[in-house]
Amino acid sequence: MGSRGSHAARIPDGDSIRRETGFSQASLLRLYHRFRALDRNKKGYLSRVDLQQIGALAVNPLGERIIDSFFPDGNLRVDFRGFVRVLAHFRPVDDTDSGMRDPKQPEPLNSRMNKLRFAFQLYDLDGDGKISRHEMLQVLRLMVGVQVTEEQLESITDRTVQEADEDGDGAVSFLEFTKSLEKMDIEQKMSIRILK
Amino acid sequence: MEGAELAGKILSTWLTLVLGLILLPSAFGVSLGISEIYMKILVKTLEWATIRIEKGVPKESGLKSSASVGIIQRDESPMEKGLSGLRGRDFELSDAFYFSKKGLEAIVEDEVTQRFSSEELVSWNLLTRTNMNFQYISLRLTTVWVLGVLVRYCVLLPLRVTLAFTGISLLVVGTTLVGQLPDGSLKNWLSELVHLTCCRICVRALSGSIRYHNKQYRPQKGGICVANHTSPIDVLILTTDGCYAMVGQVHGGLMGIIQRAMVKACPHVWFERSEMKDRHLVTKRLKGHIADKKKLPILIFPEGTCINNTSVMMFKKGSFEIGGTIHPVAIKYNPQFGDAFWNSSKYNMVSYLLRMMTSWAIVCDVWYMPPMTREEGEDAVQFANRVKSAIAVQGGLTELPWDGGLKRAKVKDTFKEEQQKNYSKMLVGNGSL
Repeated sequence: MGSRGSHAARIPDGDSIRRETGFSQASLLRLYHRFRALDRNKKGYLSRVDLQQIGALAVNPLGERIIDSFFPDGNLRVDFRGFVRVLAHFRPVDDTDSGMRDPKQPEPLNSRMNKLRFAFQLYDLDGDGKISRHEMLQVLRLMVGVQVTEEQLESITDRTVQEADEDGDGAVSFLEFTKSLEKMDIEQKMSIRILK
Repeated sequence: MEGAELAGKILSTWLTLVLGLILLPSAFGVSLGISEIYMKILVKTLEWATIRIEKGVPKESGLKSSASVGIIQRDESPMEKGLSGLRGRDFELSDAFYFSKKGLEAIVEDEVTQRFSSEELVSWNLLTRTNMNFQYISLRLTTVWVLGVLVRYCVLLPLRVTLAFTGISLLVVGTTLVGQLPDGSLKNWLSELVHLTCCRICVRALSGSIRYHNKQYRPQKGGICVANHTSPIDVLILTTDGCYAMVGQVHGGLMGIIQRAMVKACPHVWFERSEMKDRHLVTKRLKGHIADKKKLPILIFPEGTCINNTSVMMFKKGSFEIGGTIHPVAIKYNPQFGDAFWNSSKYNMVSYLLRMMTSWAIVCDVWYMPPMTREEGEDAVQFANRVKSAIAVQGGLTELPWDGGLKRAKVKDTFKEEQQKNYSKMLVGNGSL
């Protein structure tokens, strides 16, 4: 069979997506097949329901928050570009990214900053750039379900916000968030390596 | 006139050949060895093709590409390790990382969704449909591929379609005729003969090469035979080696005609769609069937849906509540020669059958296993899981706890609660903060 190995022509805007996200040709093709497999009715985009049907995601305590990150600004659909853009946050940092990077280019999606930004918006429910005590409580509740009492949860929330909050406004801003995690090895914790 | 005469002569020679070389031998359960020769040539050709592909593709450094490993590097450490702490530790802002990573991993690849699409091959088998990422290697390989297309579509396909037609019509006619006879051992013997002959013809219609292991454990009368489900062909494969009473819904159209004809000769258990919803009724009828020791063993697929033959999913407990002896059977197809999995959301029955008939062959192994019965103190769910494990181990398939119906329905909340419980235990330890 004389079929060309690279099917980039089949992915709409394949080249520009590749530049924006930094995925290799092979990885992008894998993700495209996955996108098509999840898009059950062949609509060309994914809706919340398509993601909710993934069993392992539906049982994840933060499943709904993760799904929310694919649909910012009240969108109801995510196309392939949007899909890959979120996944690009989890691309492992390898040698081609660091080193001689053109400072005029926007930061790659899988930089430490952007990974932290992704984690931040999991907590920041209303997207106002601050994690309020109330938002922290709600996300914690998602993670523990009914297993922990209200008092215990409030006390955990208070302690966490106090530890991170530096300017005393009772909420955790993105800068305070990054400061409290500056010693953490983000790259390893938030990376998914696609084989081949 | 000339043209019509010529066409008539070709047709009659063709039919005589088919009759002599295929139909008659299958009536007697004898093989002339033609398919064995075909399989040998096929195996040699595919081996040659694999070697050429491997020589032609430059090996990528380091990363191994194996279809069964999965496409992302998984870190299967339990929640405690992933959250980097001991029990009773405090909540950290970074805890969300663990869950988000697991969630994104599931989005890229999850155990269940991939089971509903065909298994990927490690090396290409010269069929266009399995061509994923394989590049152009050499002119010779392409020529062999073109030859393969010609052989499959112009020689094998008409032959197989003829056989299929013959098989199905013989089945319908034969069972209707046998159904006219009064009940008795003659009727049973004849009905077995008709069923077996037609199934053998249909299997040849797919160029099936089946190997049966442990024939001494073949399901006996009055028992229930359970097997993993990959496609409607499973039924054909099992009935070629023995007669079963089938269980299922009454369909319309061609399937309905076949079903109605078959039930005249032999007591299969067909349910109306409305009856299927009433579990008590179903259980009662099946119990009544196996109580009669003279009736053929029932054939049930407890997964309830077609899976792609790399794993075994949850066995529904209904079949294991009936009682009686369970005879497990494991069926494993060799995907190199033809993919038998029916992806019902992608292909309807007719396109599926056409795909089957234009593959190289259907090669599979069937293992009969020792009978199992429910033990004391074991409930239906545990028994079902025990049988499922046995079948998975025998067939070399992975075992999954998920319900095959997940491809259509949502997952239960109890699974999520388990994860939340595990996490909470870590946070608050044994109750103190």
